[in-house]
Amino acid sequence: MSTTTVANPSYRQRVGYQAALLGGFALVAAAMLVIGDIATRDAIAQREAEDLLASLEQVIPTQLHDNALLADSITLDTADGELRVYRALQGLDVAGVAFETVGQGYAGPIRVLLGIDADGRVLGARVLSHTETPGLGDKIEVARDDWILSFDGKSLGEPPPERWAVKKDGGDFDQFSGATITPRAVVSAVKDGLELFAARRDALTASAVQQVSSDE
Amino acid sequence: MSTIDERSTNWPRIARDGVWDNNVVMAQSLALCPLLAVTGTATNGLGLGLASTFVMVASGLLVSVLRGSITPQVRIPVFVLIIATLVTLVDLGMNAWMHDLHKVLGLFIPLIVTNCAILGRAESFASRQAPLPAVFDGLMMGVGFTLVLVALGAVREALGSGTLFANASMLLGQSLSWLEVTLITDYRGFLLMILPPGGFIAMGFLLAGKRMLDRRLAARREAKAAGVPASA
Repeated sequence: MSTTTVANPSYRQRVGYQAALLGGFALVAAAMLVIGDIATRDAIAQREAEDLLASLEQVIPTQLHDNALLADSITLDTADGELRVYRALQGLDVAGVAFETVGQGYAGPIRVLLGIDADGRVLGARVLSHTETPGLGDKIEVARDDWILSFDGKSLGEPPPERWAVKKDGGDFDQFSGATITPRAVVSAVKDGLELFAARRDALTASAVQQVSSDE
Repeated sequence: MSTIDERSTNWPRIARDGVWDNNVVMAQSLALCPLLAVTGTATNGLGLGLASTFVMVASGLLVSVLRGSITPQVRIPVFVLIIATLVTLVDLGMNAWMHDLHKVLGLFIPLIVTNCAILGRAESFASRQAPLPAVFDGLMMGVGFTLVLVALGAVREALGSGTLFANASMLLGQSLSWLEVTLITDYRGFLLMILPPGGFIAMGFLLAGKRMLDRRLAARREAKAAGVPASA
């Protein structure tokens, strides 16, 4: 009725009505969010898997493996908890692995996906996420600068361990003008990843068939 | 349903208010948190502006449609609920179906909730107006906000890193990559302008500039009204 919007009927002033109204809106909002979540959950999971696969393919060359990278992962117990390691298999032999390593940047953690071949050489490194200063620290993204490609082919022996640092610290890797902490964090993240690989090499490169049988 | 306080809609007035006279940032000084946080580059400003405009239009429509059933006592929490739900749904939907765009804009979408200007428009305009004017007001306020974001982002980007619309093709697609301009080659960068203090400084100059322009325009109008030729 048109009069109800003009006049304010007395029941609308009661506390119980206000509470019920707010509760009703909250209920509708919650229902909308649940529906939204259900409607998008699968699609989002799918998109995230595609993103991960796209990143994995950047750090592990396609010709190096004949398996589906997402399907073939193992978990490794490390000092910082469980680490998911994706394996590039050629037949049953491990040709390379990829896992995530984290460095402490200027404004927060920098997540780096690192691909390493069976001999311990870097196949590729890509930054998955970071919160560095736009225009300065974000040169670590491959879309903005090819700095991150300077890790390709490097290993713990080459350059020697003491030169695994930015040039300002006497190392081999370039820093950016105005941003030293960011590349320093990425260098140390990659170095940490290589050291982890060296320490756990046997577990990481064990032939796939053994891994399967020991799992069961 | 008809409400009595609806005057005949003055469309040009709404547009002028949104873009200039009652601009979210320049006149109301709202939305400064997301504004200063993301305007390191013009592209980022444009991204946040587009996302905010969408939410402003949608929240204007919803609040206006529901205005008859919301009582004054609980209106603020209800508006907050509507806006937060809307933002979350937009975030989820974009992540699922416009994933590439979400990768670029995703950072800005949660920031929209911190934009008090949306709540401000819901309270002061949409809750008193019919749906169509409310939608138009949301659109115009969004356009005004976007303009300020892009202007501030452009100033900070030009002074801070010597480029304009860097990485615009990541947001808008390859067809608009001509927008990306390097103003000064081999520019060493001016860190202060990219960091938050630079945002405050540039914002101050932008506000002062608008005041000066407004004052000059008003003086010219007065001079014209008095029949004296305007002096430059």
